Amino acid sequence: MANAAAPTPKANMGAPAPRVDARLKVTGQARYPSDTPVGNPAFAVLVTSTIATGRIERLDLDGARAVPGVLDILTYENTGELKGVKFGQGSSTSIEDLGPEIQQAGQIIAVVVADTFEAATDAASRVKPTYSEQTPSATFGSPGVTQEDATKVSPQHKHLPQAGDAEAAFAGAPVVIDLEYETPPQHHNPMELFTTTCAWTADHLTVYEPSQFVYGLKNGVAQRLGIDPDKVRVVSSYAGGAFGSKGTMTPRTAMIALAAKRLNRPVKLVATRAQGFTIATYRAETRHHIRLGAARDGKLVGYSHEGFEVSSRPDPYVVAGVEDSAQLYAFGAVATKVNVVHADRNTPGYMRSPPVVPYIYALESAMDEMAQKLGMDPIAFRRVNDTMNSPIGNRPYSSRSLMTCYDQAAAAFGWKDRNPQPGAMRDGDWLVGYGCATAVYPTHTGPAAARVRLKPNGEARVQIAAHEIGNGAYTVIGQMAAERLGIDLASVTVEIGDSRLPPAPVAGGSNTTASSCSAVKKTCNLIRARLFHAAVTANDGPLAGRSADDLMLQDGKVVANDGAGESFADIFRRMGVAVVEDYAEFVPDGLKPQAIADLYAGKVDMVGGSHGDKVMYAMGAELVEVRVHVLTREIRVPRIVGAFAAGRLMNTRTVHSQLMGGMIWGISSALHEATEIDPRYARYVNDNLADYMIPVNADVDQVQVILVSEVDHDVNPAGVKGLGELANVGTAAAITNAVHHATGIRVRKLPIRLEKLLQA
Amino acid sequence: MRPFIYERVSDWAAATQAAGGGASAPVSYLAGGTTLVDLMRLDVMRPQRVIDINALQDGRYGRIELGQNGLRLGALVRMADAAAHPDVRHHYPVIGQSLQLAASAQLRNMASLGGNVLQRTRCTYFRDVSYAACNKRNPGSGCAALAGVNRMHAVLGGSDHCIATYPGDFGQALIALDATVDLISPDGARTIPFAKLHRQPGDTPDQETMLRPGELIVSFTVPAGPWTRRSLYLKVRDRQSYEFALASAAVALDLEDGAVREARIALGGVATVPWRAADAEAALRGKTIDEQTAMAAADAAFAGAQGHGHNDFKIELGKRTLRRALRQAAALEI
Ligand SMILES: Cc1cc2nc3c(=O)[nH]c(=O)nc-3n(C[C@H](O)[C@H](O)[C@H](O)COP(=O)(O)OP(=O)(O)OC[C@H]3O[C@@H](n4cnc5c(N)ncnc54)[C@H](O)[C@@H]3O)c2cc1C
Ligand code: SF4
Repeated sequence: MANAAAPTPKANMGAPAPRVDARLKVTGQARYPSDTPVGNPAFAVLVTSTIATGRIERLDLDGARAVPGVLDILTYENTGELKGVKFGQGSSTSIEDLGPEIQQAGQIIAVVVADTFEAATDAASRVKPTYSEQTPSATFGSPGVTQEDATKVSPQHKHLPQAGDAEAAFAGAPVVIDLEYETPPQHHNPMELFTTTCAWTADHLTVYEPSQFVYGLKNGVAQRLGIDPDKVRVVSSYAGGAFGSKGTMTPRTAMIALAAKRLNRPVKLVATRAQGFTIATYRAETRHHIRLGAARDGKLVGYSHEGFEVSSRPDPYVVAGVEDSAQLYAFGAVATKVNVVHADRNTPGYMRSPPVVPYIYALESAMDEMAQKLGMDPIAFRRVNDTMNSPIGNRPYSSRSLMTCYDQAAAAFGWKDRNPQPGAMRDGDWLVGYGCATAVYPTHTGPAAARVRLKPNGEARVQIAAHEIGNGAYTVIGQMAAERLGIDLASVTVEIGDSRLPPAPVAGGSNTTASSCSAVKKTCNLIRARLFHAAVTANDGPLAGRSADDLMLQDGKVVANDGAGESFADIFRRMGVAVVEDYAEFVPDGLKPQAIADLYAGKVDMVGGSHGDKVMYAMGAELVEVRVHVLTREIRVPRIVGAFAAGRLMNTRTVHSQLMGGMIWGISSALHEATEIDPRYARYVNDNLADYMIPVNADVDQVQVILVSEVDHDVNPAGVKGLGELANVGTAAAITNAVHHATGIRVRKLPIRLEKLLQA
Repeated sequence: MRPFIYERVSDWAAATQAAGGGASAPVSYLAGGTTLVDLMRLDVMRPQRVIDINALQDGRYGRIELGQNGLRLGALVRMADAAAHPDVRHHYPVIGQSLQLAASAQLRNMASLGGNVLQRTRCTYFRDVSYAACNKRNPGSGCAALAGVNRMHAVLGGSDHCIATYPGDFGQALIALDATVDLISPDGARTIPFAKLHRQPGDTPDQETMLRPGELIVSFTVPAGPWTRRSLYLKVRDRQSYEFALASAAVALDLEDGAVREARIALGGVATVPWRAADAEAALRGKTIDEQTAMAAADAAFAGAQGHGHNDFKIELGKRTLRRALRQAAALEI
């Protein structure tokens, strides 16, 4: 049998090269930032607030200072030199101070530094704050929350999609649904905790911290410390999971840098799992009000979607996924609105597929409800409303293979066996349900720069400050260079995750492969051109006088299609060089040249998705079977089939793994994950991995990934649509829809816990 | 974690001496450490001395013995070993299953049976010392769970002072089968019914057991009975493994021509202590098990149940769990 984890490439797919760092990772040799040895480190432990709103009136440090080995304690009283870097300008939050104002539960109020981790931990538990406390507003519906129109306050979302007259469309539509959905807060909980290690050499700072954006962190930390960014280096060779949580600077980094400076000694912080819930970001809870109008034949005539998203008091973070949901089908008229609801919470932030996870869950649930109301098969209903043009401005899709995905997934799944009647399928004591939903993710491409060096023996080194967060960046970047330079992947050394390398964008928005590979491709093309030029302009070489257009690189040689060739070594000798090295900057169409300079300064702009003359999306179809126990109502997912199309797939193995992992996270979103809030204190109650539930192996049975060939020349030079954030979109809707099919019960608030199915 | 003194002992006399009533500072025994070390790291348990008793497992503390009159399980037997033991699985399936369905493989390899029955509640307000109100951790401070997030909390055996669930599984099997606990301390040895080991919270939720200071659990004895083979443990939870029960039932039946001669029933995930459902047993005596009698037994079992908001569903879920367990046990081929 073929190896399911390494699918045979179809058209426009790259080889399933094993991850170059796989062995390092499973043998513990991959060096994560906190593993980096620094000389004689001191250890920092954070103290966080137990109240969400109020003021520190007194901070009793006597007990903590008395613990042997304690070196220093940072508080609001001695950290005034840290500058503010507000939300949206490089920081994940505006709540950056150690007090005395408290604006969220779990705000850092002290950093205790000691000779040992144990002493710092012991001392941290002896820091005694006295607060004057106010009653916090925790979430939707809590007294004291305030609501604003997101377009008035969000820097990114000044306009939201609108088309035609939705109200008129609903008034004239024979079939209308009007429904509300809700998603819970979720925390990323990467296995690797939030760590920061800072070491100063004279006035140069090195930060070892797992990061999805080393240039952003470098510039952000420099701003907070008020120093020249060139004096800051950020190293993050690997991140042990990130999912967005390590994309923007959090307040801790500058605090640890300051602690190291005060002591003139490296300082290392590994925050606890519980602290990770409040010192970084999370996916906030959302609410959705959706209306759909359709003709009897299933053609949609109108879609309206109003979203409500919780954010912190000071910051207007919203994901505004209507930007994407509004493009998805031939809706006819579209009306969208997003509201930000300010509560006394930490500022939310990017979490895998930020806009689409909540909004597509809501839309794809509503699509199922509409299909049911129309008496149509849910896949047939989507086919009727499939389109090659966005309803917003009638702009064409650069490519779109949604229904091909549905067809292939449906065939593999056996969808035709579905009895449309809810509750009709049963196996012993288990009710059986089939459900489906669409996965969709905007294609983003950003600017990037790369340096590539080729040696005469056919070895190459690629340098680009991209990020390995489990996405396979080392591997696919190496593959792109190997392909362009005509050498083996094993001959390519890839250096990433270091702000001394040429910059790449944040590893977010699934742009890494598209952006980094485009930059690497461009740089390799410069090297190719130099080699070709040297080969054809030589007086005596075997390729002298030929056209460079007829040449290619293969097995360490420049070759022509008739088999004539010359080795790199010979060409280099004649060129009189030891190595050939080039540097190139890639700026995607639609961005100003300034974009690269901005990137060096830690700012990223990207193109793609719903913006531009063509709309650019990766898509997929997910079909699931659920089983619900007739009596005790446990919910099982014995199988899930997803088919996905995302332009060129660089490596079918890493792609398969991303998509499979995504669907598993989708199962988690549907059935398991939710951060529980105690509204009395605006605190997260299940802030540990025992109580914050994710599926275990036993919950994940058959997961089948189908890769669908797709060619897209418009998205970017690499032809790649990012898919790291594709497969966890829609899964929760597919499962909710299947649970409805099994039981007749429609759950409109995630996660689906068994108590929601106990009625009747 | 706070500094503490670690001692390793090789016989019970030294152990109980070290931990005895006269000890001046808080002392804890250490078996597998999966409860103790966890709670020490969370600063919830703060022993100043920790007495490692694992060396005792070479003797009777570490043995599983099956005799005519019943089963004897040493307190230092690992959960995994008891769960996999052929005699346990064949003659006392409810015991094997309650252990097999608990925790994770790694934890079961570490954790002892003695430690298991003494595991502490998973109430988050108890486990996080930054919450001021928790009568169990800090007597007289109040109970944050009563009006807080209490989905996992108990609907049986609670009080106005504490509604923390007893989280274990094995305890239900023991109480259903009328097990006894063998104890030893410098004051001597004694044997008590397992049903007397745990105390309902009442107004002293900080006092969880009847153990005397320094008293050591030696073993558990499970009497033989005609019901032990027709027994099972059904655990309903939010995921299929590595998760505590939302509701569980330990059921053992002695049937004669399909009618119940004796039933032994205990409930987990829903009560503050291992919970014997005597009223449900009585309701079944002499009856055949069908949908109606199972429902009547379940209603009897939860007659006094009290929800607190998020956990209201546990009353219905607990009943359904028991109904399902009874039907399954009655249908067992033995
Ligand atoms: C993530 C997680 C999930 C879990 N899931 C489950 C589950 O699903 N079901 C379940 O039943 N359990 C579960 N557990 C609990 C686990 O089973 C217990 O932690 C374990 O059984 C305790 O045994 P131990 O030997 O490690 O005890 P220890 O931690 O060593 O001791 C626990 C307590 O008992 C005392 N003690 C130990 N032995 C003796 C003795 N012989 N005499 C007197 N006092 C003694 C100790 O002083 C301590 O106070 C889970 C635990 C964790 C961490
Ligand atoms: S239920 Fe018990 S353990 Fe939990 S907070 Fe209340 S008193 Fe404490």
